[in-house]
Amino acid sequence: MVVAELRNVSKDFDGRRALDDVNLEIQDGEILALVGPNGSGKTTLLKILGFLDKPSKGDVYFRGEKVTDRNMERMRMSSTLVFQKTVLFDATVYENIAYGLTIRKVSKKEIDEEVMQVLRLVRFKGFENRHAKDLSGGEQQRVALARALALKRELLLLDEPTANLDPKNASVVEEVIAAASRESQTAIVMATQNMFQAKNLPHRVALIANGRIGEIGTPGEIFGRLSKTLASFAALENTFAGAAEVTEDETTLVDIGNGVKIEAASQSSGKISIFVSPQDIILSKKQLQSSARNVFKGKVVEIGDLGSLVKLKVDVGKPIVVQITKRSFNEMRLSLDSEVFLAFKASSVQVI
Amino acid sequence: MNEILEGLAKAFQLILSGDPKVYEITFRSFFVSGSATLIAALWGLPLAILLGTKDFRGKFLLKQVSNSFLGIPTVALGLILFLAFSKEGPLGFLGLLYTPTGLIIGQAILITPMTVSLSTTAIEAVDPEIGDLAKTLGASEFQASIVVLKEALNGIFLAVIASFNRAIAELGIAAMVGGGIFGWTEVLTTGIALNIARGNIEMGIALGVILLAAVFGTTVTVNSLQRRKK
Repeated sequence: MVVAELRNVSKDFDGRRALDDVNLEIQDGEILALVGPNGSGKTTLLKILGFLDKPSKGDVYFRGEKVTDRNMERMRMSSTLVFQKTVLFDATVYENIAYGLTIRKVSKKEIDEEVMQVLRLVRFKGFENRHAKDLSGGEQQRVALARALALKRELLLLDEPTANLDPKNASVVEEVIAAASRESQTAIVMATQNMFQAKNLPHRVALIANGRIGEIGTPGEIFGRLSKTLASFAALENTFAGAAEVTEDETTLVDIGNGVKIEAASQSSGKISIFVSPQDIILSKKQLQSSARNVFKGKVVEIGDLGSLVKLKVDVGKPIVVQITKRSFNEMRLSLDSEVFLAFKASSVQVI
Repeated sequence: MNEILEGLAKAFQLILSGDPKVYEITFRSFFVSGSATLIAALWGLPLAILLGTKDFRGKFLLKQVSNSFLGIPTVALGLILFLAFSKEGPLGFLGLLYTPTGLIIGQAILITPMTVSLSTTAIEAVDPEIGDLAKTLGASEFQASIVVLKEALNGIFLAVIASFNRAIAELGIAAMVGGGIFGWTEVLTTGIALNIARGNIEMGIALGVILLAAVFGTTVTVNSLQRRKK
């Protein structure tokens, strides 16, 4: 059954086209990943599916009913969005999760049960009386996810749910998403830039660039044939395409251009794409002696603040994104143009 | 020097002995400025919500006007209101001059820009996605703006207290619109000025001590309330 459908949807912001003639059907019980670089229209698409924004052109249907100005508020009751930048109310964890239930006048007893259940689900039991703003970024995102799950909506929308998280919190969030999809018939649409996630979590993947959906299919179809569209997605974080050859050590060396060669543990040859998770890369100011097969020297060209984490873009000939904690960032006294070394294991390189 | 110390001692005696005149003036001051604060909040907060959450034509102009009236000299506004309320003035028929009601309205006008300006800033400081968050959790437009208001509550509370402090501490309107009539429109500030002028040093000091205590007291109370909330 089709939960929601977009027909020829376009969206303009001040003359800039954010979505361009998008057609999309979302099925009951599926996880659909929207994969695309920053500014490709993922968030806009999710806000339209969450009935928080209206298309400039085209129509949205929910369970076959056309969404209009008049039924938008009612439609919102069927869909909920978890924002990329975690937003929490200035209140306790309990109050945050209970909000959506309270305004629907659910009884106190039912709310108590529901809150406890979702907190158990996101492995955050016993934290209900903590103030939400005192939690770490990763914990806050888990609360935000729990708050959305408590509503048991037919359509769950997630905007890069693990983008700003450390690996531990990210894996909890991924497990919760998979479990929510397995145990209920909730349809899940998630935006992501994480290739590994896009390959393993969803049933279907839609590649989106410049407001258009380029290709849509199962992860096997999309990543298997490694389409031209995907290769043109170089703007995606740490995703590189290049010619691969098997080395004497039975690993693979991928030439991604500009003299940068990355070694991967698996064996493949020909034209392939690879992905390295920003969390798997070690950043140092001096060259370290380690087992890492990939070591590059480069300059910091971009610094992004993610709360407790910092995202750095390092130019080593190709831009590589690294994620470190704010504490390390401060202790290492990094700034733009700082010279740094990046190291990651060949086994951290995922061939997609 | 001795005279001042003596005045101070007598002033405390007046306060502690529960002098009816001191208490009457204090009570009236709180009533007048409290009412003015309430009125300013009643018409100022909806305007602040509008300015803080919606985009519309003329918004910038409205904010500029509100900001530039923030520092208006109380005597200047007092003069304008005096002219408007006086018998020959355009609002003379209302008979508001030298009445507590006139004084309340005058102070409410004086502090409205402060209530609006500070509350708008507090509302604008709320994460812009809070409204969308409430909506995606099932809130209606109205419920969503309540949530935004709740997030800004600390700042709005401060705005209201600051407005109250400006009202209770101002002299220009109290003198020109209220007239400081004994037993009728005399408030703390006019009381201080008139008593000192008449040579009632100890009464003037007593009222001054209460005024300072009122202003400091409200600020300290608000600060400690906020700390406890954290």
